[in-house]
Amino acid sequence: MNFQAIKAIYFNEMARFFRTLMQSFISPVISTSLYFVVFGAAIGSRIDEVEGISYGSFIVPGLIMLSVMTQATTNASFGIYFPKFIGTIYEMLSAPVSFLEITIGYVGAAATKALFIGFVILGTAFAFVDLSIAHPFAMLAFLVLTCLSFSLLGFIIGIWAQNFEQLQLIPLLIITPLVFLGGSFYSISMLPPVWQIITMFNPVVYLISGFRWAFFGTSDVSIVLSLGAITLFTGLCLAVIWWIFRTGWRIRQ
Amino acid sequence: MGIVSVQNLTKSYDGGFTALKGVSLEIEEGEIIALLGPNGAGKTTLISTICGITRPTSGTVTVGGYDIITAYRGARNLVGLVPQEISLEPFEKVINTVRFSRGLFGKGKDDAYLEKLLRQLSLWDKKDSKVMTLSGGMKRRVLIAKALSHEPRVLFLDEPTAGVDVELRKDMWQIVSELKQAGVTIILTTHYIEEAEAIADRIGVINKGEILLIEDKDALMARMGQKHLRIDLTEPLTEVPKSLAKQGLTLATGGHGLIYTFDANAERTGIARILAEVHKAGLQLADLQTQQSSLEDIFVDLVKETA
Repeated sequence: MNFQAIKAIYFNEMARFFRTLMQSFISPVISTSLYFVVFGAAIGSRIDEVEGISYGSFIVPGLIMLSVMTQATTNASFGIYFPKFIGTIYEMLSAPVSFLEITIGYVGAAATKALFIGFVILGTAFAFVDLSIAHPFAMLAFLVLTCLSFSLLGFIIGIWAQNFEQLQLIPLLIITPLVFLGGSFYSISMLPPVWQIITMFNPVVYLISGFRWAFFGTSDVSIVLSLGAITLFTGLCLAVIWWIFRTGWRIRQ
Repeated sequence: MGIVSVQNLTKSYDGGFTALKGVSLEIEEGEIIALLGPNGAGKTTLISTICGITRPTSGTVTVGGYDIITAYRGARNLVGLVPQEISLEPFEKVINTVRFSRGLFGKGKDDAYLEKLLRQLSLWDKKDSKVMTLSGGMKRRVLIAKALSHEPRVLFLDEPTAGVDVELRKDMWQIVSELKQAGVTIILTTHYIEEAEAIADRIGVINKGEILLIEDKDALMARMGQKHLRIDLTEPLTEVPKSLAKQGLTLATGGHGLIYTFDANAERTGIARILAEVHKAGLQLADLQTQQSSLEDIFVDLVKETA
């Protein structure tokens, strides 16, 4: 294993993040605050409680998931797309590094950034609502797994994308709607029966539900199912990345 | 076996285009080899394949005895690549981008070596500058620094002086010469014949995916070179006298001289006979000059033959 290479890729990616640290920090704080103002104060004042939890607190796991999934996907996709775009990918391809090492470096950095954003949002949430975390270790595990799996997805998107439009296509058209429709701001039980069934085909439901369980001890679907879903998703992404590097698809000529 | 050994290398793309057709090549340690060829000849594909950027369709390549597919780590550890295009992260500092390259090749931090390298390439003063603020020539030096950051034994330079001014080109030649002295094997592709003539030990000519020849530069020029004898006359001519035209002499521009082309390595060059004919024709000699064919002439002839 070329640990020096992993370290080099990881810190090179993190350096880009630190160059824009203020934007990285301020942006989620402002957007989270806005969500709390709109959903927590304006709409939340008309919704008393959801499953025995105040609405302001109820939306915290969904808000964190929304940002973490988007950030992980965007950071990882941009991380690998940028060297392709400016041509510096040649260095990666001619270096003594395996696909696993490249993936660990890029995905590790993207997941770290997303994790950082997740904690910033969590910290901001404490300023707006009373919040307690029922299962802190499970919360951390869910958060880390989500950061990793969506960074893997972003990595695939970055390799697939051939222009900046494609790079933004999946996060904008697929991930954001799935997160919004995945119970970020409501409980699945609040939906009509037909939509409850349809919603079960949305993989994000399982992640948000599991994450919410870690906070409040209640969930829309069982925690085992949630863990199974995120493990399956991670495994699927890893399999796709392994195939990409094996065949050189969109990387090597 | 040379430090780089290429055997029957073929590269075909999905569209059906075959960029390399059974290329075989042995590169000895410590030499500078220049690959000459027109656009689309397969020079960059050859380098890209050896370095791992492009996958070969068939054939084998070893670097330092390591197969580039089955023992790619061993092979790539020995190789540094300077690409044709200036591909650098614009917002990164020079020192950081060079450190990144070293790390990517599995080497630990060694600031003393990097300082020596950057000083050698006249980049030390720019070490904290962002890449985007550098001139084109400086960026090329950064690419070389990155390629050398992990102390490779073989350096590939893909058209290192394409589009750079004469002064910088000569600087590059100096750098290449210093690297050779340090024991680095250098393989460069170039469009500039004078570049190959100035710095290479061996010349390879590639066209349409095939190596047309690969030979010691001096031997190549001696073997294939033709010499021109220019006979300057005291009085200009409007046409070549018939007796001299029969001997293959042509009129030099302006009519002040005659040109005789001969094989420099032939047992009998025919110069004595020509001079006697000139004398017989009643022409007065002002001066005599001989000139050897340049590598460019040889290259053009070879490429023409395969066109």
